[in-house]
Amino acid sequence: MAIAGDSVALSIHGLDKAFGGLVAVRGLSFDVPDGAITGLIGPNGSGKTTVLNLVTGELRPDRGAVILDGRDIAGWPPFRVCRARIARTFQLVRVLPHMTVRENVMVGRMFGSAPTDPAHASMDAGALIDRVGLRGREDILGTQLTYIDQKRVELARALACRPRLLLLDEWLAGLNPTELQTGIGLIRLIRAEGIAIVMVEHVMEAIRALCDNVVVMNAGERIAAGTPESVLSDPAVMRAYLGADDAAA
Amino acid sequence: MVLGVLVLAQLPQLVSTYVVQLCISIYANVALATAWAFFSGTTRYISLATAAFFGIGIYALAILNAYLPLPLALTGAAVAGFLVALIVGLSTLRLRGVYFVVFTFGLTELIHQVVNWWSIKNRAVTRYIFTDASRVQIYEMLLAIALFAIAASWYVSRTRLGYALRAIGEDETVARHTGIDTTLVKVLCFAASAAVMALVGAVLTLQYPYVDASIAFNNTWSFEILIAALLGGPGRPWGPAVGAIPLVLLKDLLVGSLYFTIALGLCFVAVVYVLPGGVAPLIERWYRTFDAATLRQVLRIGRRPDSWGWPYRLKLGVKAGMARFNGLWRR
Repeated sequence: MAIAGDSVALSIHGLDKAFGGLVAVRGLSFDVPDGAITGLIGPNGSGKTTVLNLVTGELRPDRGAVILDGRDIAGWPPFRVCRARIARTFQLVRVLPHMTVRENVMVGRMFGSAPTDPAHASMDAGALIDRVGLRGREDILGTQLTYIDQKRVELARALACRPRLLLLDEWLAGLNPTELQTGIGLIRLIRAEGIAIVMVEHVMEAIRALCDNVVVMNAGERIAAGTPESVLSDPAVMRAYLGADDAAA
Repeated sequence: MVLGVLVLAQLPQLVSTYVVQLCISIYANVALATAWAFFSGTTRYISLATAAFFGIGIYALAILNAYLPLPLALTGAAVAGFLVALIVGLSTLRLRGVYFVVFTFGLTELIHQVVNWWSIKNRAVTRYIFTDASRVQIYEMLLAIALFAIAASWYVSRTRLGYALRAIGEDETVARHTGIDTTLVKVLCFAASAAVMALVGAVLTLQYPYVDASIAFNNTWSFEILIAALLGGPGRPWGPAVGAIPLVLLKDLLVGSLYFTIALGLCFVAVVYVLPGGVAPLIERWYRTFDAATLRQVLRIGRRPDSWGWPYRLKLGVKAGMARFNGLWRR
C-alpha cells in the first residue's frame, strides 16, 4: 500500500455496503496512519460519507472489517465507537440547537472516551472553546451561531470526546477564504497533537495543504491512493472528476 | 422552602375536607406531569401512555392489596409500572416522532381492552379495594411523591444523565456519536417515569372502594397531563407543576360541565401559539429582572428624602426593572 508510516490508527478491509440495489461502497480497503491526515476524496455520490458512517457505526457494513487496535469494530453501535476514541463531525452541521456552546462541548467531554462529571466537563469545555476561537460566546445557544461558529462548536465537541482518530466530513466546505485559512491552521494544530484525521473534502486547496495521504473513491471503489501530488495527477482520478473526454483533451 | 413543606404537610389539620381533596388532586397531577416531563419533556419523545402506567398502578394495587401490606403493595405497583415500561421501551423507543406518539396512544387502548376482556372473562368487571388508608395518609403520600418527583427531576437535570436526556431531545444522532448509550438512557428513564405514574395511580385509588378498566385506563389522563406539562414548561424541573396547579383548579371550578374540556382545548391552543416554551421561561425572566442590581438601585433610592415617598420609589424600581428586562431581550 502506498501509505507511509508504520503505525496504523485504523485499517479498513474489503468494506461492502449496498442500499437495496445501489452499491454505495464496494471492496474498499485502506489504512489510516497514526498522527497523519488522510484525505478521502471523490466525485459526489462516490460513497465517502457512507464510509464514515460505516466506520462510526451509523451504518452496518454488509461485508468487511474495520480494525481498530486489533479489534474489528464494524457494526459496533456509534456510542461504543466514540468511546473507542473515534470522533466525527457531520456533513450537514449538527449542533445541539437549544444548548449553549459550553453545553454542546460539555456533552462530548462527559460521554466521550474519558467520561467525567459536569463540573470537570465545564472547565475542560472552556479550554476547547478557546482553542476553536469561540471565546466569549460560551453562553450563546447553538441555534444562534453563524455557520462557521456552528462548525467550530462541532469540532470542539468532537475533540472533547478525546479522540485518537477524528473524522471530518467536509468540515471546510462553505467557508470564505479567510475562514478557510483559519480552518486549515486549526486542523494542522490537531494533527500536531498526534490525533489522526480522516477528512472527506472537496476543497482542493485544503487537500494539498493538509493531507499526508489521499484515497480517491469513485462509484464506491478505491481508484487511487498516495500523496496528494501523485494522486491528483493520476489519469484515472481526472477521468473520474472530469469525465473521459475532458480528461483526454 | 423547608418551612413551606412543613406547612403543606400540616395543612390537613387546618383546612376543610374539600381543600384536602383538592390538594390530593393537585399533588397527583403535579407528580404525573413532572414524571411525564422528566422523560418526554427532555427527550421530546411525546408519550400518551400516562394513562396506561397510571392504570397499571391502579390494577397492581387492587390485586396486590389483597395479599400484601400496603407499603409492599404500593412498591409492587411502582415496580409493575417500571417493568411494563421497560418491556415497552425496549421494543418501541426506536420509533421517532409521530409514530411513537401514536404507538403510546394505541398501547393504552390495548392494555385497557385486554384488562376489560380479562375482567369480563373472569366475571369481575369491577375490583373492590379494601384498605384503611385515611384521607390524610393519602394526602401525605401524594405530597411526598410530588415533592420527590420535582426534587429528583431537578437533581437529575444537573447530572450527566440530565445532559444525556437533553442531548437526545436536541439531536439523537449527535447524542449517539458523542458516546451516549441512547437506548439505555431512554429505556431506563422511560421506566422510571412510568414507575412514578403507577405509584400515583396506586395511591390515588386508595380512596375509592372499587376500580374498573375504563376508570383506570382513561385516555383523558394522558392528554390532561400532557397539556399541564406543556402549559407549565416541560424544559424546567418545576415547570410542569406550575402548569398542573391552575389546570386542576380550573377543572374543580368547572366540574361536571362541558366547559372544562373547552377550556382545556383553548389552553392547548394558547400554549402552542403564544407560549411554545410554557409559562416557566416567563417566570424565570421576571424573576431575573429582580436580581441584586435592581434591588440595590431600589435601596439607594430609599436613602433619598422621605418626601419622595413610595410611589416615586416604586416607579424608579419598576423603571430599573424594565431596563433590565429590555436588556435581556436585546441579549
